[in-house]
Amino acid sequence: MEPIKTLRSRTVVLPNTNIDTDQIIPARFLTTTTRDGLGRNLFADWRYDAQGVARPDFVLNRPEAQGCQILVAGRNLGCGSSREHAPWALLDYGFRAVISTEIADIFRNNSLKNGLLPVVVDEGTSRWLQENPGAEVSLDLESSTLSLPTGARVQFPMEAFSRYCLLNGVDELGFLRGRMDQIKAYEQRA
Amino acid sequence: MANAPKTMFEKVWDRHQVSAETADTPAILYIDLHLVHEVTSPQAFAVLRERGLPVRRTDLTLATMDHSTPTRTEQVFGGAPIAIDSAAKQVRELETNCAAFGVELLGLRSAQRGIVHIIGPESGITQPGKTVVCGDSHTSTHGAVGALAFGIGTTEVGHVLATQCLLQRKPRSFAINVNGKLRAGVTAKDLILAIIGKIGVSGGTGHVIEYRGDTIRAFDMDERMTVCNMSIEAGARAGMIAPDEMTYAYLHGRPRAPQGADWERALERWKQLPTDPGARFDKEVNIDGAALEPMITYGTNPGMVVPITGAIPVKKGDAVFEKSLAYMGLEAGAPIKGQSVNVVFLGSCTNGRLSDLRSAAGILKGHKIAKGVQMLVVPGSQQVKKEAEAEGLHKVFIDAGAEWRESGCSMCLGMNGDLVPKGQYSVSTSNRNFEGRQGVGARTLLASPLTAAASAVCGRVTDPRELMNG
Repeated sequence: MEPIKTLRSRTVVLPNTNIDTDQIIPARFLTTTTRDGLGRNLFADWRYDAQGVARPDFVLNRPEAQGCQILVAGRNLGCGSSREHAPWALLDYGFRAVISTEIADIFRNNSLKNGLLPVVVDEGTSRWLQENPGAEVSLDLESSTLSLPTGARVQFPMEAFSRYCLLNGVDELGFLRGRMDQIKAYEQRA
Repeated sequence: MANAPKTMFEKVWDRHQVSAETADTPAILYIDLHLVHEVTSPQAFAVLRERGLPVRRTDLTLATMDHSTPTRTEQVFGGAPIAIDSAAKQVRELETNCAAFGVELLGLRSAQRGIVHIIGPESGITQPGKTVVCGDSHTSTHGAVGALAFGIGTTEVGHVLATQCLLQRKPRSFAINVNGKLRAGVTAKDLILAIIGKIGVSGGTGHVIEYRGDTIRAFDMDERMTVCNMSIEAGARAGMIAPDEMTYAYLHGRPRAPQGADWERALERWKQLPTDPGARFDKEVNIDGAALEPMITYGTNPGMVVPITGAIPVKKGDAVFEKSLAYMGLEAGAPIKGQSVNVVFLGSCTNGRLSDLRSAAGILKGHKIAKGVQMLVVPGSQQVKKEAEAEGLHKVFIDAGAEWRESGCSMCLGMNGDLVPKGQYSVSTSNRNFEGRQGVGARTLLASPLTAAASAVCGRVTDPRELMNG
């Protein structure tokens, strides 16, 4: 996992609420056995028409969206299926952070484990971001702060251990394996 | 206080903590049963290979294949290749991984194969008080026996394979109390759809739900599984129902359940699990079961649901709502009953058990499905299929004009090529009506097996009570 400390980028806004992981990466692309190349099919059914041609009106296909690393979405982003292919697809496409007022549990966990920053903000901040697509914002993970071009600084919740792992590019498997004695002791007493 | 009353969830959680959470670190939670399938495991096995790690507890790991597997008999048992090459590759990869790592696999031709959430309880390996995980969000199904069961991502699948543990923050608890006798024609599926409609698709986020009350107690195990299954559609981490005599009678004698003296000891443990009187939940909601009607969805998430006698709501100025109705080709304010139907799907981890097939067959018996309707019946497991055939249910379906297939997830998510064509309406007993879920442009209406069967007969959305009283 690539460490992430700060991120400065313009935003792409998808105002839809309840964007489920089937939209992020439809099931027919899950018959893969690797993590690679999923970005091509990110939001496939919104992004391409039946002939596979990019729909010019879809936000990711607009010229101003190119190179943006932060996706702003409506409430309850990532609901539905537990497929980790969803954050893999977002990362493969080039996103490093997602912002919403609410992020579904499993999608949030999966994002954290892959270095995709899930940022939960209040309604007011979300409204501002949605009304100002393409705004250049910064995220600072150490202080868990989102800075807007208005000068506003917004704190976002970030669980301490996840923050540590993201900042240092540490993966949890290494941590768990370092606790093997405790795990074995549990098995003895259980 | 050591003896403070605890919820069932807290009891199971506390018992499985290798170490408790602190401000800096999550809890290390021990996993008693890890179920593995072909779609969310290949990248996890790849991590084990990269790091030279074994599967630590093969005795607590069980694999099967269900999502991308074909339902056509010749593709399962020979005569024709699996139609989708990438799906065939995924099936082979699971076979290779299980052989290489020593994991028991209920493979494509196994009589014990089926949807992972059907075969767990059916085999008796899902038990009260266990922690159960799987790389699939509908793992919540297993909570129906009083297990703490939840879906995880592929990275976490790797963690459990390598260490049998997960790092977890403790979720909050949520009691949903359902009381009152359900009316005829109203099922467990209608109840859970009504619950999701009431609390919303993120109403359970961050919580483990315990379903309580006399309506729940009166449900058989299949019905309890239907309820717990869709906890994730309300955003919840897990759903649980306290074990009782119904649970013990269901599990007793199943091949992977404890036997003999072990059974007696297990029973003693299980009887300690139910929530203590006076235990507090972080959140609580009450539902009047007696007031419920058959429910059906009209939109593109499971919270967009109405009684079958009702009308599609009007929400002027709500762009997301309007986009959803445009996708569905439905009009705000119109009744949902009478909407024409092209496809009916009976199956899935929500409603693919024997009692679901029986209830649909009860409606279909002596009827033909309407002209132009395609109905697919996909048993949840090979055992469900065998039991249904022993009762002659397959004949009822075939005589009515439906297709009778081998088990799997099938048209719930269409990974295996069982798809609803673009623009067509599907009344489906599955769990998700997301855009494109059953195929690109497919329009899914979620309902109970009774409503699905009645709609198949009439070729339009039909209140099952119209056929039950006739």
